[in-house]
Amino acid sequence: MANILTTHQRAVRSSVVKKVIMAVTGIIMIGFLLMHMYGNLKMFQGPESFDGYAHWLKGDILYPIVPKGVFIWIFRFGLTASVILHIWAAVSLSRNTLKVRGSGYQKFRPQAQTYSARTMRWGGVIVAGFIIFHLLQFTVKVITPGFDPNAGPFEMFLLTFQQWWMVVLYAVLMVVICMHVRHGFWSAFVTLGANSSPRSGKILNWLGIGVAVALFIGFMLPPVAVLLGWITN
Amino acid sequence: MKLKLRIWRQAGPNATGRMVDYDIDGVSEDMSFLEMLDLLNENLTEANQEPVAFDHDCREGICGMCGVVINGVAHGADKMRTTTCQLHMRSFEDGATIEIEPWQAGAFPVLKDLAVDRTAFDRIIQAGGFISSNTGSAPDAHATPAPKLEADVAFDNATCIGCGACVAACPNSSAMLFTSAKIQHLALLPQGQPERYSRVKSMVAQHDAEGFGNCTNIGECAAVCPKGIPLESISQLNKDLVKSLFMKDGK
Repeated sequence: MANILTTHQRAVRSSVVKKVIMAVTGIIMIGFLLMHMYGNLKMFQGPESFDGYAHWLKGDILYPIVPKGVFIWIFRFGLTASVILHIWAAVSLSRNTLKVRGSGYQKFRPQAQTYSARTMRWGGVIVAGFIIFHLLQFTVKVITPGFDPNAGPFEMFLLTFQQWWMVVLYAVLMVVICMHVRHGFWSAFVTLGANSSPRSGKILNWLGIGVAVALFIGFMLPPVAVLLGWITN
Repeated sequence: MKLKLRIWRQAGPNATGRMVDYDIDGVSEDMSFLEMLDLLNENLTEANQEPVAFDHDCREGICGMCGVVINGVAHGADKMRTTTCQLHMRSFEDGATIEIEPWQAGAFPVLKDLAVDRTAFDRIIQAGGFISSNTGSAPDAHATPAPKLEADVAFDNATCIGCGACVAACPNSSAMLFTSAKIQHLALLPQGQPERYSRVKSMVAQHDAEGFGNCTNIGECAAVCPKGIPLESISQLNKDLVKSLFMKDGK
């Protein structure tokens, strides 16, 4: 197979290109997470603000350029495409690498790797599982512990996170996601060529940690506030 | 010094290997790691046993021939840049147990004991790690101006000796650090420009074809590189490859 392809075609099919696809789609998803986190903070502004925002997301964006309620589907399509491409690249690269790598030393002492970097593959699988669960809970509303499927966004949020075990579950899953983001952010920018000096490498590393920590705090603030009774009807 | 060695013994490429224990006495702390292995082999030969096969050549840390995983670290030194031949026994405690294993990677099959086949590296170089120019009398040194900044980075990358420690340490058995060093030292100099984009395409393609894994930017490679090739080189290779996809070279 390989010898009937041109050099250009072989390069297009190379692991580096798959890494670039993973990097670009990953950055899109990190951007989405940051936006999602920002939106959740509207919980602190009360039901009108939060529900109004949720309504705007699903209805009014880009109106009247596109009809009401159409943008959300364009957005969902783009995000789903990112998720699929990201997973496809990860599966394709991992399958090959797991096949060709060494079988493991009797003794190996890591010199540089972080826990986040080491757990990207399994972490990614857990994150994918979480996203499915999260969508079934708050978008499709088939798993609805503690709230009625007809409840509004604010009420849904409130009733869910008034249950301590939901807060704990989301906190644990956010740790997994933020670890994935920590190495993912760094890795994405390195893959796109941003690591050009020891200084930029350091900056990227700290940015990755910063984004991960910001995501964790930003996402966990509203649920914890609900649990402690700071946010009520 | 008295040492306990645990060494990977494997009779041939298809044989099953295992760790074998050896006791060794009379090791001087001024010996290099390879001299210690020489002493062991002398003892084994006298006892009519098969000596341990390992690669070596210059023993000055500049040829890239030697290299084994010592106590779980490629070339054996923590936070210090060295090749196996330049690691000295004073780095070890008297009475210590030392585990010695060959490089592990699908693309580096074991030939015997600690010696592995690294011709995959040669084929990556053959794919594009050169500049095509007519030979003849040497051009004047100042005929082609090379900017100092780029020349320095190119030189840093050119110090890669192709020992394979980056592959051995990589959890993905990726050879991206090696490939990127070989690409970067030419890509940054004026002489490397004409073939810059066809080179990166063909060398990355060959890297994958040889059965090395993909890079996940973990950084183990740069941490064990005896020449200090930085992780930045891989990042710059990625940038060059993306750029090259918009070029006609190699189409």
